[in-house]
Amino acid sequence: MAEPVRPRRVLVRGGRVVEPSGPRRADVLVEDGTIVAVEATIAAPPGATVLDASGCVVGPGLVDLHTHLREPGREDAETVETGARAAALGGYTAVVAMPNTEPATDSAGAVRALQVLGARACVEVAIAGAITVGRAGERLAPFAEMAGLGVRLFTDDGRGVQHAGLMRRALEYARPLGIVLAEHCEDEELAAGGSMHEGAWSSRLGIPGQPAIAEEAMVERDIGLVRLTGAPLHLLHLSCARSVALVRAARAEGLPVTAEATPHHMSLTDAELAGYDPVFKVNPPLRPGADLAAVRAGVLDGTIDAVATDHAPHPPESKEEPFDLAPPGMTGLETAFAVAYGALCCDASTGVPPWLAGSDPAQRRASIAELFAAMSGAPARIAGLDVASGQGGALRPGARAHLCVVDLDARWTVDPAASASRSRNTPFAGRELVGRVRHTVCAGEPVVVDGKAVR
Amino acid sequence: MADQVKVAARSRRGTFVPRATVMDADDVRRALVRIAHEILERNHGSGSLVVVGLQTGGVPLAEHLVALLADIDGADVPLGVLDVAFYRDDIGLRPVLAEEVTRIPVELSGRVVVLVDDVLFTGRTVRAALDALADHGRARSVQLAVMVDRGHRELPIRPDYVGKNLPTRRDEVVEVGAAGVRIGEVVALPGPEGAR
Amino acid sequence: MSRPGLLSVADLGRGGIVEVLHLADSFAEVSERAIPKVPALRGKTVATVFFEPSTRTRLSFEAAAKRLSADTMSFAAATSSVTKGESLRDTVETVDALGVDVMVVRHASSGAPAQVARWVDACVVNAGDGQHEHPTQALLDCFTLREALAARAGSPPADDLAGVRIAIVGDVRHSRVARSCVLAFGALGARVTLVGPATLMPPTTQGWGVEVRHDLDEVLPEIDVCYLLRLQSERLREALLPSLGEYSERFGLTRDRARRLDPDLLVMHPGPMIRGLEIASGVADSARSLVTRQVHNGVAVRMAVLFRLLAGGLPSEPTGAGPAADEASPAGSGQGGARHG
Repeated sequence: MAEPVRPRRVLVRGGRVVEPSGPRRADVLVEDGTIVAVEATIAAPPGATVLDASGCVVGPGLVDLHTHLREPGREDAETVETGARAAALGGYTAVVAMPNTEPATDSAGAVRALQVLGARACVEVAIAGAITVGRAGERLAPFAEMAGLGVRLFTDDGRGVQHAGLMRRALEYARPLGIVLAEHCEDEELAAGGSMHEGAWSSRLGIPGQPAIAEEAMVERDIGLVRLTGAPLHLLHLSCARSVALVRAARAEGLPVTAEATPHHMSLTDAELAGYDPVFKVNPPLRPGADLAAVRAGVLDGTIDAVATDHAPHPPESKEEPFDLAPPGMTGLETAFAVAYGALCCDASTGVPPWLAGSDPAQRRASIAELFAAMSGAPARIAGLDVASGQGGALRPGARAHLCVVDLDARWTVDPAASASRSRNTPFAGRELVGRVRHTVCAGEPVVVDGKAVR
Repeated sequence: MADQVKVAARSRRGTFVPRATVMDADDVRRALVRIAHEILERNHGSGSLVVVGLQTGGVPLAEHLVALLADIDGADVPLGVLDVAFYRDDIGLRPVLAEEVTRIPVELSGRVVVLVDDVLFTGRTVRAALDALADHGRARSVQLAVMVDRGHRELPIRPDYVGKNLPTRRDEVVEVGAAGVRIGEVVALPGPEGAR
Repeated sequence: MSRPGLLSVADLGRGGIVEVLHLADSFAEVSERAIPKVPALRGKTVATVFFEPSTRTRLSFEAAAKRLSADTMSFAAATSSVTKGESLRDTVETVDALGVDVMVVRHASSGAPAQVARWVDACVVNAGDGQHEHPTQALLDCFTLREALAARAGSPPADDLAGVRIAIVGDVRHSRVARSCVLAFGALGARVTLVGPATLMPPTTQGWGVEVRHDLDEVLPEIDVCYLLRLQSERLREALLPSLGEYSERFGLTRDRARRLDPDLLVMHPGPMIRGLEIASGVADSARSLVTRQVHNGVAVRMAVLFRLLAGGLPSEPTGAGPAADEASPAGSGQGGARHG
């Protein structure tokens, strides 16, 4: 691994900077990791590294609330180093590493070990801790100890906390610590081991399904517990229409509930399972079109704050097992922006960007600024990375230089073999996507230049 | 007739376009009468005969022949139907499907089998038929009757009774039907549906 | 990528099913001979690759292959490297590398044959996968039913089951036989009713073209054929049923129920039967039972399937069954114009 070599000055030239009012033509000058100027035309100072952003939008670096880096325990699937590189290629400048490693990140020692690895990675790696020891759902993990090391998000992701009483105590204990619990909503009794969405496709395919109620029931329970305890709660990867409606009502009530959704739950339906390819097996499962529409609508109206990848790498052999035995999960870091852009900003049926012929002008879509808000600003806030390391902020002088430069017109075909991840389990293999990350600048260091990882 | 055309068309993936009639219906009937007499003469009556028509073209001729043998000799000669699809030597090289269920009404051991087909060409169907017959018992002898022998044999097979020897080109098609014997070409239809 | 195989009844469509039935007529004749064997598939190799124990189906396929003069290989997971942790893909690629033309696959997981078909060059025939399909069982059921109806009418077997009223009774939710039979019976024009407790019905039958009922006694007078499914005792552990006794009482063809049956009602069962639970012994052995014919006809129908794959070569009717990404409806193809019940 090459040592980080951070040029003193970086000039991002020729792009359009993302602003709430719309992209504005501007160059961005970075000095010693900090943005020093955002102006229509900036002359390159001597010795500056110049990144060509012509034809691109320049936004804040993306922040992923939900990344599985698999280290320690499953380094055959991913490591902190390779996962971070995949993140950088996807335009991310920070990721939150989920604690379902082997062993689980449920102690100060485990957090410290990961922080050492994370410090060497090419993007910021924030660590999430487990809610319960060993994610077993029985005893509370030492929140305060981990919080003291900067851990802000706690989750048993991969599983929900099954016992309502335990979850209530977890929220109560967490509240004064200024931390956020994040729930993987899945009632395991109702899910009953199902490996896809329970509905018309599961009935036809003879695959035991998990019904939407398995997610909805826990969303409803947890919202009730937030009402009771007043502690903030983040809901991971919402996938059902009713879940979105429950969160919408909770927000209207003023409860401190935030939510995320994944690009795949906005773009792929359970019909993908018809060929029994375990690459499409994921938890929560792919849902029917009506749920996809509700999830997209949830992002558009702000009910769902963040787009998060749930990047879940698995080695190829594990996805070559029979469908019911294969582990759930999809990689997502490198495709997230393009998929979310297609699902939220482009024509829902044609995938055509709104400014091109053939797109329905009446359709409500996210603006580029809204997309960046959902993929950068909001997740940075939820993970506390806005304050901690200046992630997700507007591009203005004095801000930390976390930048993502994307060519919104670039069409590209997903090639799993070209992925920087150790794993190949992308459901978008062979599909054409629109919108490609050209450069990523993390804390002033260009970590991706012209679509290639620098280190 | 319609059946015959369909079969010809399906097996050759095109439509049969006749150019000339070489035997009319009466010619075919007269040839069958002659063949019936020849069969009786050669076998000294109809005592141990079994007539077996090859699917599909040989079956109507075999039926006709059995009726003639009954008229001439007063004998009730058993009639069988043989589908050789499962014995062909071109399985896997081109689509082969069974046409009709094989029906051999009597044990063939010790019998004289007269195989009947409409057109004798390469001899491969008859080769397959000999193998198929063997699975139904050990016939005393097997004789071959065909309405048309058009030449171009690829195997050492020779008919015992022939309606007409008809010199042909390889690419021509000979069709035996109710209207008689016609010669012509198969014209390919565009697209795979042409075969239907 | 493998050659076309038989993964689902939907792969055949109505035309393909009829073609198989006609071929099976011919092979039934072959099976009656003193030497029930034809040289059709000489030099071809058929491998049975079973990851789930099943003597009956494996023997039936092997008998079919042998009567076609194909060479046979047999792979059984219990005696193989699967128990040593070899992956499904490695296992089937190893068998494929031995040079097989047809791989007959049974697996406890739905969809495993479809996965295998993506990895091997051989044609893949699904011999039963999890709770998905068992297409050759449905084909032999069509053949058997058509044979029985023809015998009763004293006419040659028809090419369809138009208007025949069939009830499929029992654990439809977990039954691969039921899924294949619904497609096959439906494609041939039969009117299918699913009968059983709601916990044993699929989550939805939308688009299946069937009616769902929960009272067997109400349905029995309205049907021509009663097709009973096997009930596995693990359904009790999953709390899908209160007791086997209650199941038998409500959905079994008990002696008592049998006394009230229309004398013409036909009874079928894919086996193995649990006498006294799904079906009373007297019913299973009565003249109305087609159970032995089902087993008997299995060989001829499987010969037809193997022969058609390796020798037929004619493209079957397109059914749109493929795993199309944006396929909106899982209604099951091969049922063209399915009724909604």
